[in-house]
Amino acid sequence: MIEVDKLTKYFGERAAIRDLSFSIAKGEVVGFLGLNGAGKTTTLRILGCQLLPSSGTVTVDGLEVTQNPYEIRRNIGFLPDTPPLYTEMTVGGYLAFAARLRQVPRQQVAARVAEAEDKTALREVHSEVIGELSHGYRQRVGLAQAIVHKPALLILDEPSAGLDPAQIVEMRNLMRGLRGEHTVLISSHFLTEISQTCDRLLVIQAGELVGQGTEDELGQAMGQGSAAVEVEIKGQPAGIAERLASIAGVSKARVVTASDVATTLEVIASRDVRAEVARLLITEGCDLLRLEQNDRRLESIFMNLTQTPPGGPQ
Amino acid sequence: MTATWLIARRELAAYLRTMSGYVIAAAALFVQGILFNALALGSEQNRMSTEVLSQFFWVYSGAIIVVSVLLSMRLLAEERQTGTIVLLSSSPVREHEVVLGKFFSSLIFLILITIPSVFMPLLILVNGKLSVGHVATGYLGLFLLGSACLAIGTLGSTLARTQLLAVIISGGMIAGMILLFPMGSLTERPLNDVLFALGLWHRHYPPFQSGLINLRDVVYYVVVTYFALFLAIRVLEARRWR
Repeated sequence: MIEVDKLTKYFGERAAIRDLSFSIAKGEVVGFLGLNGAGKTTTLRILGCQLLPSSGTVTVDGLEVTQNPYEIRRNIGFLPDTPPLYTEMTVGGYLAFAARLRQVPRQQVAARVAEAEDKTALREVHSEVIGELSHGYRQRVGLAQAIVHKPALLILDEPSAGLDPAQIVEMRNLMRGLRGEHTVLISSHFLTEISQTCDRLLVIQAGELVGQGTEDELGQAMGQGSAAVEVEIKGQPAGIAERLASIAGVSKARVVTASDVATTLEVIASRDVRAEVARLLITEGCDLLRLEQNDRRLESIFMNLTQTPPGGPQ
Repeated sequence: MTATWLIARRELAAYLRTMSGYVIAAAALFVQGILFNALALGSEQNRMSTEVLSQFFWVYSGAIIVVSVLLSMRLLAEERQTGTIVLLSSSPVREHEVVLGKFFSSLIFLILITIPSVFMPLLILVNGKLSVGHVATGYLGLFLLGSACLAIGTLGSTLARTQLLAVIISGGMIAGMILLFPMGSLTERPLNDVLFALGLWHRHYPPFQSGLINLRDVVYYVVVTYFALFLAIRVLEARRWR
């Protein structure tokens, strides 16, 4: 679907992205990870035919972005970090306008608008003026505008930016619902969002691709096939961390917080050790209050990759 | 063409849905009414109907210039300011369709808010005679001047990042083009001929004001409009590099 080869973009003297090469298959959901200013938005804007590259080639469905931008745009849905909303229009009017701009035949516009509104739960605000909607609703209108013409490729730049936790969960569910119908590219700061919605990750640091693959592949490449278990027990039993560390496969066990009321410990292991940890704590006579797999693997992969200077791990 | 019309229609609806369009229209008519009353109707000595009519179109040309700058300031600068330009730039719409759609919407709105002013020349009928040809020619002149100023305003709005900056850029360009004529009188031949011919107002507008249509003047305003829109399209195309 997308082939990117040695993509470079200069803004003046500064290279925003340099020699970026990757490919994305049809139907894949790919997450772009990177710190602010890493070049995520620049890459997405080039893929969305918003910006011309300085060098390198980008083809979408066999069409080159610099040669055929208008043909490509017909099949692209783009949601920038600030949704492009005409606040004086009604939701329905705006979506119909977006559909007509993307060359949806006039007689199909109403049906497409209704479909997009259903998918993004906007039916009840169809006749409301966009300027009077809450931030969460506006973000959804932004998403609806990107899918109203059923594009093959959907590009979402920071779709959850500025949303409250409840809205983030809602947006994530919406994005999961898009799987299968479109090839989706999502850039995000939210690591959990990326790990929950994407099949594959592309990690960009200072304009260069520093890692790509599934979360597992990246973890293995970084030597971080480990998982952390967090436990909370009543009181402050002595020497419990050492006993937990003696479980087979556990590389480290440490006390995170301790008080007379409760102690929190973290157990790092190369495999899932939740059952053994629970059994040990019970046999040791501890009152177990909480035990959970602490999924911080993506976070540490991300931190490792983005703190490594471009050119790969040293 | 469909995209041009779609954009023009949406833009026109935006003028009508927001306060700014009405405020500009009301202010223009109000100022125009007062000036017409004071300058054209209110003077003491007896005057010919054509003189009054000519004075009406003279006053109105100033209003048209100001209104054109105000109407066109938002066209692209606002889209850039609020980020809505992305909706257009991510759609299969060409730059000339965006610029033309924007320009036509402002031109149609300018025509709409000029129509109510017709009652002023009609007032002349109370105490005098009215030449329909003179009125039509005057309005043609206003239309051509307005179209040139809106095109320059569209260019200013394409160049600017904010609406305020758009007003300053367009206002500056229009003032500069008007001042070419007075600057011409400070220079010698052959430069002054060029400057006289290029001036936006002094040579090309007054014939319309007094009921004369010269092909030269019509062509001048059409060329200015074309050239400003052409530059606006090029500026928008170049933006894909940044």
